[in-house]
Amino acid sequence: MALTEADVRHVALLARLGLTDAQVAGLKTELNSILEHIDQLQHLDLDGVEPTTHAVPLTNAMRDDVVVPGLSQARALENAPEQRDGAFLIPRIVGPGGGA
Amino acid sequence: MMSAVNMPGAGVGAAGAGATATDELFFLTADEINARVLSGDLTARQVADAFLARIDAVDPELHIFNQVTPELARTAADAIDAAIAGGADADELGPLAGVPVAFKDNMNLLGTRTTCSSRILENYESVYDCTAVRRLLDAHTIPLGKLNMDEFAFGSSTENSAFGPTKNPWDPTRVPGGSSGGSGACVAAGLATITLGSDTGGSIRQPGCFTGTVALKPTYGRVSRYGCVAFASSLDQIGPFAHTVRDAAYTLNAICGHDPHDATSVDAPAQDFAAACDLDPAGLRVAIATDMLERAGLDPRIKQGVLDAAEMLSRAGAEIVEVTLPSTDYGLSAYYIVGPAEASSNLARFDGIRYGVRATDADDVMDLYFRSRAQGFGPETIRRIMIGTYALSAGYYDAYYGQAQKARTVIKGDYDRVFAQADVLLTPTSPTTAFAIGEKSSDPLEMYLSDIFTIPINLAGVAGMSVPTTLIDGLPSSVQVICGHFNERQLFRAAAALERALDFPYASVPVATGTAGN
Repeated sequence: MALTEADVRHVALLARLGLTDAQVAGLKTELNSILEHIDQLQHLDLDGVEPTTHAVPLTNAMRDDVVVPGLSQARALENAPEQRDGAFLIPRIVGPGGGA
Repeated sequence: MMSAVNMPGAGVGAAGAGATATDELFFLTADEINARVLSGDLTARQVADAFLARIDAVDPELHIFNQVTPELARTAADAIDAAIAGGADADELGPLAGVPVAFKDNMNLLGTRTTCSSRILENYESVYDCTAVRRLLDAHTIPLGKLNMDEFAFGSSTENSAFGPTKNPWDPTRVPGGSSGGSGACVAAGLATITLGSDTGGSIRQPGCFTGTVALKPTYGRVSRYGCVAFASSLDQIGPFAHTVRDAAYTLNAICGHDPHDATSVDAPAQDFAAACDLDPAGLRVAIATDMLERAGLDPRIKQGVLDAAEMLSRAGAEIVEVTLPSTDYGLSAYYIVGPAEASSNLARFDGIRYGVRATDADDVMDLYFRSRAQGFGPETIRRIMIGTYALSAGYYDAYYGQAQKARTVIKGDYDRVFAQADVLLTPTSPTTAFAIGEKSSDPLEMYLSDIFTIPINLAGVAGMSVPTTLIDGLPSSVQVICGHFNERQLFRAAAALERALDFPYASVPVATGTAGN
């Protein structure tokens, strides 16, 4: 089943990617070519096969419940594009002019 | 072709005219440099200065480094020299003391940027150390810098770097492979003795093949992934590039083991991989996958190289077992679902809020995400995020991601079956030698197909090493030596025996000195 440009735009919305019309057109062709190859998996009979999420079997890894120093606030803010009063600054998301 | 040729002495026995003591350093092995530093023949500072000068001369042409760290290098070197002056001996300093190293630019190191060769992280300053990097530096090595890569490790040629491609030291019109192309090219060009890369579907082994370096992807869980920017968390693994199998073993000794910061790092018993290099290959059970050697697109000379390698091990007393790996066909498909799916999730964090480049002209926070990500990511990164997001989206999850995880079980079962009857498996690493810059960059699928022999190894979680075999038309070729989970001792045993039989001329790399016009 081939992807349409509307499908590509929907996936781009999910991925939070603001694509140009030219990018959407290009990706439609490229993704369909890749998906055509990947679709060979649909022809495999894998009923009853357990999925593998990790190659090495691991049970829960527990550590002692002790307090250890983490990243400091100053370090965590070091790469912030904008910050104020020890917090990350973002555009308004509620009230007048808020998006979302 | 290259006009100025510099063939430093080690291994070929002919240093260029005007060679000095430090000219011969660049193709020494780690243990040779270590011996010279510990004996007082050279100071670590002299080693650091010599390599930094060579980087200055060679790197403008090859573009291997994203960042050179002369201050970190000299500080580390001076500390080693001070320790030696204070009486520290080989037992205290270890086999890597004084050895110049460099790191793929997806590994955090305080005092450096970690860019992943992406615009979105071009100014990102590391705020902590990657565990593998820290452990290698704790072994008293000298850090020379951070190495170019395909953006976020998406690629097989290093052409997807936002900062421009790295060139192959054996022929600068060709790619060094990828995504750890800088890491392979750096060792091949004699700009560091050991480097670290990361491998999700072949990103250590394929550039190892293209650059004639020994390149190991350890078993999943052998090395902590903490501090290495995640691509696909169930597939990623850090490993070394080196001139020799033994140098790779010293490096794995230094970086392996459990790390409380990575819950998937396994608390495997300590093993001396360097000692494994001296084990007699007699009695080793070596598998060759006959169906893999019949694949379309495999250069017949590379196929012959694999058969020759098996013959060499057979002459040394190994037993050869013929096996088949029928799941190879759909390994690529499973990988191009699992990899992008995990990547699309991991890369959600790059949103222009907490770090990285933020678009300046956004109307609201949603628009800020859209613009920052579209402006900050390159075309291949966008492609992978789109594939992964689609494969995980409502209505398609079972058909794609679920089916790929089931296929992964079948692939893993194939390798379990092989390693029930053999200690190691020999396959090609790449179906071809290094391709030309630009040759495959217009067709993503064709680029993906070049990883057909390396991808199943990550899906199965086993270990694989690219061992250089011979030069084909002046370009390196290699054999991939694969072992079962946590059985790297047998891998090193086989690879070291092969290396002795092959005697690959790594020091004959025709690296221009920086003034040559190419």
